[in-house]
Amino acid sequence: MQKLADFKLPQFFNYPPYFTLQPVRDTREKQIQLWKELILDYCKTQKVFLIGVEEDFPLFSNSAIDRTLSHEARETFLSAIVGEGRAEWLDKGHRKCLILWHRIQDWADIILHFVRENGLEDSVMTVEEIRSGTESHGTELQGIDRTILMRALKLLENKGKLALFKGTSADDEGVKFSV
Amino acid sequence: MASGSSIGVGGLFENAEVTTSGRPVLRRNEVECFLLSSVDLDSEDDPPRFTALKSGNLILTTHRLIWIPSQSNEAVPFFIPLSAITHIFSHKKSIKSMFHSPRIRFQADPGSVFVTIVFRGKGDFDGFLTKFWECWRGRAWEEEEKSESETSRSGAGTVAQGLYGNDGTVRMVGLAGILRKEQEQWESTDKSLQDAFQDLNALMSKAKEMVSLAEKMRQKLLSAPSSQNGSTDDEEMGSKEEMQQWMLSVGIISPVTKESAGALYHQELSRQLADFVRIRLEQAGGMISLTDMYYHFNRARGTELISPDDLWKACTLWEKVDVPVMLRKFDSGVMVIQNKSHSDEEVMSRIRMLVTKTETLRTGVTASDAALTLKIAPAMAKEHLLTAETKGLLCRDMSPDGLRFYFNLFPEIDPTNLHLVKDFGTYGEWVKATSLLAV
Repeated sequence: MQKLADFKLPQFFNYPPYFTLQPVRDTREKQIQLWKELILDYCKTQKVFLIGVEEDFPLFSNSAIDRTLSHEARETFLSAIVGEGRAEWLDKGHRKCLILWHRIQDWADIILHFVRENGLEDSVMTVEEIRSGTESHGTELQGIDRTILMRALKLLENKGKLALFKGTSADDEGVKFSV
Repeated sequence: MASGSSIGVGGLFENAEVTTSGRPVLRRNEVECFLLSSVDLDSEDDPPRFTALKSGNLILTTHRLIWIPSQSNEAVPFFIPLSAITHIFSHKKSIKSMFHSPRIRFQADPGSVFVTIVFRGKGDFDGFLTKFWECWRGRAWEEEEKSESETSRSGAGTVAQGLYGNDGTVRMVGLAGILRKEQEQWESTDKSLQDAFQDLNALMSKAKEMVSLAEKMRQKLLSAPSSQNGSTDDEEMGSKEEMQQWMLSVGIISPVTKESAGALYHQELSRQLADFVRIRLEQAGGMISLTDMYYHFNRARGTELISPDDLWKACTLWEKVDVPVMLRKFDSGVMVIQNKSHSDEEVMSRIRMLVTKTETLRTGVTASDAALTLKIAPAMAKEHLLTAETKGLLCRDMSPDGLRFYFNLFPEIDPTNLHLVKDFGTYGEWVKATSLLAV
């Protein structure tokens, strides 16, 4: 079986029409659906948060059958994911796409779960510690995209579950949990 | 051939044979000369000696006067052989005639029946009358009898032996004879070449000779199997039929021209075209592009070429006349002629057969691949593939190598379990076909 790093690709990845944006509506809808699932599946297992439309995203080409997705196809598939609320365009030109295989609300729940699990209910952490600290090692929070983390934390702050404050250094912020 | 039944006076009118699209079936060497619409045939005698034929198309040929009813289900087509006509009366110009519909009277045997042709529609009656006279005086039917007797005589002539030929001239023998013969042949070839190029009319008559030659051969082929009833050898029949079709494709003996049909030109052309395309359609698998048809039709017409616009007009008229073929326009704008009975489903099932083979499952097909298998033109094949794509049977693959079509596997793939491949179904077969290559 063909693999990208340690990701198992489905059989249809070698089906040439999978790489051509289908003009017939029903066929195209099914094709988009399959691309959506594959991209989300890949991003989740490989912890990819950002896809650049013009960059070399491993799924967008298949050297075994010598096929590459067109720009239009890439944008169509990513827009379909955005339309489902599982991704967001970071710019108006649709060049960078933030992938949310967990929605922000789900990420917030994961953070709360993490806090309870580690007995951090009233502690203070830096944002960077949540991403790369020893406590988060081996959890889904390890290596989480900073933009996504900040949005999840802001959501929790609005709910009164924590307070964000400026840290000593300009590029880091602190979190005071009050779960 | 028409059956001998008649109406009214015995033997005056005979039933005329027509094609399925309502064109008269012409006999050997018969050429259509004029056509008029809305014509009645009335009996002059009192009491009337036959039932009047009301409102039909009147077709004048070199051999016959054919009357075809405009509504095919009402009456039967009839004809009078020109040879039966004993007199044509020129119409009297009078005050009265100015208010009447124009009419022509003639007398015909057997029984010296007076028949009046009444023109109720618009058309060139004077032109018709001139042609009528011309054809009647031309006595084309006699020429045929003559040529038949001639061939039998010349057949006997070859037996002549001795120093004198059967025409009385000295037969040349030896080297001088060969040289002389050579010279004669050269001269006659030269003469026929000169004749042919003398003027367009002469060229036309040469073309007609060629067509009549083809027609003669066809007739011979047709009559051959009937003379020896015992022979039912399939292969022999098959080759004969092929030969006949080939002969037919060489020429339409009597092309419908603007001159002969006038205002009815497109309508009659459309009927003739409908008759002509049927054989072509069978060969082409039920569908043929308009451009291909234009080529075949004009090739068959020989000299009386039609314009693409005329062809298109003739095809569009098929909607109005009851013919078994139709014009179809694809989404891409390509226009084709197809049998009314032609079904897309049959083509689709053939395409399905083609793309589900182990090899084509893996590689897909191009328009030219499909053209080879379906035995149709690549442009047509592409239209069929695009239709199949629209129906969801196929999907496409655009690559630098060009456009290919694959069997559409998308509906079979389960989006909730991307790695699931069912044992049955085409997706499974495709996986097998592709993995065979990988090993």
